[in-house]
Amino acid sequence: MATSSDPHGLASGSVDIDPFWGKLSWDIFPFYDPIVLGTFIGVVILGLAVVGAITYYRLWGYLWKEWFTSIDHKKIGIMYMVLGLIMLLRGFADALLMRGHQAMAASGSEGYLNAHHYDQIFTAHGVIMIFFVAMPFVTGFMNYVMPLQIGARDVAFPFLNNLSFWLTVSGAILIMISLFVGEFSTAGWLAYAPYSGLEYSPSVGMDYYLWALNIAGVGTTLSGINLVVTIVKMRAPGMTYMRMPIFTWTALCTNILIVATFPVLAATLALLTADRYLGTHFFTNELGGNPMMYVNLIWIWGHPEVYILILPIFGIFSEIVPTFTGKRLFGYTSMVYATCVIMILSYIVWLHHFFTMGAGANVNSFFGITTMIISIPTGAKIFNWLFTMYKGRIRFETPMLWVMGFMLTFVIGGMTGVLLAVPPADYVLHNSLFLVAHFHNVIIGGVVFGVFAGIIYWWPKAFGFKLEPFWGKVSFWCWLIGFYLAFMPLYVLGLMGVTRRLSQFEDTFYSVYFIIALFGALFVAAGIAAFLVQIVQSIRKRDELRDVTGDPWNGRTLEWSTSSPPPYYNFAFTPRVYEIDAFAQMKREGFVRPTTGFVPIHMPHSTATGVVLAAILTVMGFALVWHVYWLAAASFAAALLYGIGHTFNYNRDYDIPADEVRGIEDQRSAQLAQAAE
Amino acid sequence: MKRAVHIVALFSCFLLAGCDLVVLSPAGDVAQQQGELIIYATVLMLIVILPVMALTVFFAIKYRESNKKASYEPEWHHSFSLEIVIWSVPLAIIICLAGLTWVATHRLDPYKPLGRISEDQPIDPEVKPLIIQVASMDWKWLFIYPEQGIASVNEVAAIVDRPIEFQITSATVMNSFYIPALAGQIYSMAGMQTEMNAVINEPGVYDGFSANYSGAGFSQMRFKFHGMDLTGFDDWVAKVGASAQDLDTDTLEALNQPSISHPVTYYGTVSETAWDRLVNHCVDSDSLCRNDMMMVDALGGGGLEGLWNREMFRGICSAEDPGAFIAMLRPEMRLRAGEIVTVMSLLPDATPTTQH
Repeated sequence: MATSSDPHGLASGSVDIDPFWGKLSWDIFPFYDPIVLGTFIGVVILGLAVVGAITYYRLWGYLWKEWFTSIDHKKIGIMYMVLGLIMLLRGFADALLMRGHQAMAASGSEGYLNAHHYDQIFTAHGVIMIFFVAMPFVTGFMNYVMPLQIGARDVAFPFLNNLSFWLTVSGAILIMISLFVGEFSTAGWLAYAPYSGLEYSPSVGMDYYLWALNIAGVGTTLSGINLVVTIVKMRAPGMTYMRMPIFTWTALCTNILIVATFPVLAATLALLTADRYLGTHFFTNELGGNPMMYVNLIWIWGHPEVYILILPIFGIFSEIVPTFTGKRLFGYTSMVYATCVIMILSYIVWLHHFFTMGAGANVNSFFGITTMIISIPTGAKIFNWLFTMYKGRIRFETPMLWVMGFMLTFVIGGMTGVLLAVPPADYVLHNSLFLVAHFHNVIIGGVVFGVFAGIIYWWPKAFGFKLEPFWGKVSFWCWLIGFYLAFMPLYVLGLMGVTRRLSQFEDTFYSVYFIIALFGALFVAAGIAAFLVQIVQSIRKRDELRDVTGDPWNGRTLEWSTSSPPPYYNFAFTPRVYEIDAFAQMKREGFVRPTTGFVPIHMPHSTATGVVLAAILTVMGFALVWHVYWLAAASFAAALLYGIGHTFNYNRDYDIPADEVRGIEDQRSAQLAQAAE
Repeated sequence: MKRAVHIVALFSCFLLAGCDLVVLSPAGDVAQQQGELIIYATVLMLIVILPVMALTVFFAIKYRESNKKASYEPEWHHSFSLEIVIWSVPLAIIICLAGLTWVATHRLDPYKPLGRISEDQPIDPEVKPLIIQVASMDWKWLFIYPEQGIASVNEVAAIVDRPIEFQITSATVMNSFYIPALAGQIYSMAGMQTEMNAVINEPGVYDGFSANYSGAGFSQMRFKFHGMDLTGFDDWVAKVGASAQDLDTDTLEALNQPSISHPVTYYGTVSETAWDRLVNHCVDSDSLCRNDMMMVDALGGGGLEGLWNREMFRGICSAEDPGAFIAMLRPEMRLRAGEIVTVMSLLPDATPTTQH
């Protein structure tokens, strides 16, 4: 986009921008690329099939009324999980493309991706996996499980919850649009300046990145505020902080991290957006811009972000291990303190992502040592799970298998992480495939394993039947083997001095390692396929797998005290909590479920505002990406007006009549009685 | 201990079959120490990691549901002494590792002049390091030898066992200057100068590249680093010096245009201001140099006065005695001359010849 009079393309007007159409033209569809064209055709066919099926089975009304506009935290939680799963398929397709390409490129051919396409793919892979797979999964769990665990009927701000979800979807949609309209960013998942500035990335790809994350980031921040307030204000009577389930504790710490750090991300991206749209120079090479500031700011958000992902997962493991060992969690108090210490320390380690920027030895050692200190509470957590297994009765059902896989895999990732925290070691390992192997080791071995463990663990709560174990085990073993095959060679390649993000290789020396890694990725693909088969098979055999007790695993926390799936009001009577593991105590002391004396329950109404606002903001994001300013202004005004209009809607809540509650509870009593026979 | 390190390195090589782990068996002393640190830290951490993994497997087998002989204590959830152990053992390991980190980070600070040539060869204080100026460009590496007055693209040479001081900048986005066999990596950034001290201990040809993604030509942004004895190096310098091409202002500006897989190119002479313009990010003749801009800022920044100052003082930073220059042009600023010169000198010195 550079011209002779404007060698760096500094003026944003260096591209012809039509006053009406912005940058939109007929040349923006990248269908000259056979891979994109093939994918596009595939997606269109699949999309038409899904839309056709929904129309054929007349599900639109049901989906709209019962799901899209629902402000029930359980349904929103499930929708987050569905979003995460769909985006996992997209992000993993990117991973397969990269693995395949690198295996070919390292074996002497050119591979099938040119540098520009390859760069978009690794950027999309990172962005999607973190923002639109891991985050939705984690938020989904917190949404679904946490209110049930604290005995609440919903989150503190139910409409806000729905809006947060749809804003996340809006970001995901913008990223998906970039696949077929224009292109995506080539700047890597964190879009380091000055590369991400207008001078070096003049295309719309970076703008898709910015607006997708700006919009989704607002959703995440709002969701963080919502869940913090929920935990602080809506716990059941008697549930003091030190009686909260560990998952709720980790959710609290995670959401505090979200509230504290996502504004930093928003500010950083806003400054970069200003650089690209308004001609400012915060992070450019020119006119006093400081790219090092960008790298600092993005990691001040970015490092806490990895704990935002892993803390709730630690919480999931802390629920699963006691349940399947039939034992109280060892060291509850130290688990809580470990979580809080990790939360605080995660703020003061960000510089370890760029020791090689040239800070002095004092600064580098400080950040190296604070990083290592995090391994102490993390180690304590591992020991706590270990000693929970000690003198237990371990049932190796599928969730517990994932826990075992996690414990053996995660410690390796933790070890290589501490290794990378030693600055002189980082000088030789930084940005190498060793680093890539490390963070996949903790994210797959930690977050992904935890997500699968959690899905299988809470699935019966959400749907009333267990997931079928055979395909679950197949999925587990494929993932485990696939992970080791895919990433152990990357550790070795890193020690051989191979750096990340290469699309071409000079010689064929590394070929064998990349081919093994490709096989690993194929195993993981099989693992994902087996997981999907598991879901389909389980739905088909749902009557055999049915659980009417609401407590299929002999659980210990309050979510297991309601029916599966729980009624939309969660609890007919707010439970009273006397100690840690409230439901285990209730079972031990022979708590009898009340069957009379029901009172009306106050609940919020569904609303379409979240969907509508997010849809308008998606249009706004798209218009801004393409510099269609009239549309951006119009959609922004529309969103504002619609939002203001929503505040005049006083028909927000209603009371479920006591009779309706009685009807639902009587039905459950009948089911329980039938099960007991 | 040293022998133990080698045994571990060899053992891991054996396990990994490939046995070309350049990071663990490099040819430069700094990289050697960095590689050893990886082994030390790994061994230290395995003290906790291995027992944890073993216990995980052991507990999993012993306390499986079908083994009714194992004891079962569902209410056992706390043990003060055990908690002391699970917090203090990692703590002890981390204290050791933190000490190691502090010492090693300071010893191997890339900005610090080398403390030794190799394990059994102390540094000779008489020998000055060979200065090599390194600039990352889209997508190639430019190396300037200020003492020899030569420059080359995508090829760099140094003398075995003589300290090297790399001065590093970028004419484009961030890159990372990395020769795995030599001494780790450091970012190259526009408008700044980073440094790295290194030494190569064995003659040979080694790979170098950018370790920080920088765009379309990133994969090809590679060069060869030659470790040579003194005669070999002199021959190389003579060969480069014999090149008819000069790295003058125009050549530099042309070189700064993006190119992928740029061939190795030699420049027999180098413009005095080339490095200055690279560091101050003003390779293109119409762009304002970073140090001049800071000068403008120091004199009152933007606005009309700033615009006037900018034209007035273009190039002042390269003057012999900037203080006197300011006093002459702006008598009212005389009292602040020292302050202004200090601001200017926050940037690297403009003329390489006066640097050392």
